[in-house]
Amino acid sequence: MDYLYFPGCTLYTKAKNLDRAAREAARVVGFELHELSNWTCCGAAFPLATDNIMALLPPSRILANAMKEGENLTTLCSVCFNVLRRTLHLLESDPEKREKIFDFIEMEYREGFHLVHYLEILRDEIGFENVKKKVERDLKGLRVAPFYGCMLLRPSEEMRFDDKENPSIFENLVESIGCKAVDFPYKIECCGSFQAVGAPEVATECGHAILSSALKNGAEAVTTTCPLCQFNLDTKQREMKEKYPDFPGLPVLYFSQLMGLSLGLPVETLDFGRNDVDPVPLLEGRGIL
Amino acid sequence: MKIEISRGTVHDDLAQTVEAISGQNLFACYQCGNCTAGCPVSFAMDLGPHQVIRYTLLGLDSEVLASNTFWICASCLQCTSRCPKGLDIARIMEALRTVVLRKKERLDHLSMGDLTEEEIDRTPQIAFISGFRKFLS
Ligand code: SF4
Ligand code: SF4
Repeated sequence: MDYLYFPGCTLYTKAKNLDRAAREAARVVGFELHELSNWTCCGAAFPLATDNIMALLPPSRILANAMKEGENLTTLCSVCFNVLRRTLHLLESDPEKREKIFDFIEMEYREGFHLVHYLEILRDEIGFENVKKKVERDLKGLRVAPFYGCMLLRPSEEMRFDDKENPSIFENLVESIGCKAVDFPYKIECCGSFQAVGAPEVATECGHAILSSALKNGAEAVTTTCPLCQFNLDTKQREMKEKYPDFPGLPVLYFSQLMGLSLGLPVETLDFGRNDVDPVPLLEGRGIL
Repeated sequence: MKIEISRGTVHDDLAQTVEAISGQNLFACYQCGNCTAGCPVSFAMDLGPHQVIRYTLLGLDSEVLASNTFWICASCLQCTSRCPKGLDIARIMEALRTVVLRKKERLDHLSMGDLTEEEIDRTPQIAFISGFRKFLS
């Protein structure tokens, strides 16, 4: 199975540890990612002002390029996925805006094009039971709390990803690769998002509340699909510890790193050195590494 | 705080502009407070999202525009997802940001020069790009 792949800006630089492991893991479970030959930043925010057409141009251009090259496009970053899926939904449902946008970018719109998240491929095309069959390394029931955040789920009528209040796709994945999924009430809360630059102390509070809830429910690690969630939950643990000296912290891994680990990918491929809170001591302590 | 309202200012220019930009009907809100209850950042807001909606409708323009609510909003869509009246509150917050940022004089909420080199170095691009989209004119 082949999919066009849109990595997005952050996976090319700061989130290489999300990208590389996912590309390798895809091959192991049975699909290939082909990077789009022509892509730009998606804009990183779906415009919520109804008259802001400008912000729809970059994601529309990305989709139009993908429409030229194939039938399906996939992506990993939750923000990119949200922007692209909402834009595609708008293009499908609002012919007037679609015409305006495509006239402006001078490209061809094609019906019947699909955008899927990597996790949806695993669930709907590969099947988690088949992921399980490829497991090479025992993750020994590591207690992992899957954090969804906002962008995969909302607005649910447009994202059509999973139940908006009680999703399960992420739990099913981590269980299939030998972890124990930890359910926790903050799994669909906001990490603070772009307030990381607007009001950093607010984002620190959001991250601290989420991680504290995961810890309280017995998590040894948290996992995400999103480089912005990763930043707010992982990198910002420095600020959390300054503010809450008793906060013990815990590793936050991309789902692709956990998946790659279970599939037996070489540890270098997983780029643990890029995670701010080093997960290696935990993995060694549990006899996984 | 004493608040004066008058029949003459209900649904004024600001309210109508916010409705036009957001595509939402402010009269539909019945002030249940669900949006504010579920908002992950309401602890840092001086007015809850539900108050901002009612103040805007009542014509309390200066109170609304001086509040930090729509600058603190993280566009997480939890309010939108849970509003029993189907209002897209996140769009109302964006409309208020937009109203301020579209004024002729530049009124950026974020000063790029204030970002330290360390912040620029460690923060992922998506945070900057979406932050700039939300906070710069
Ligand atoms: S949840 Fe909806 S109806 Fe309730 S106060 Fe908020 S905007 Fe109004
Ligand atoms: S979109 Fe904004 S106002 Fe609504 S819940 Fe999220 S942060 Fe609060």
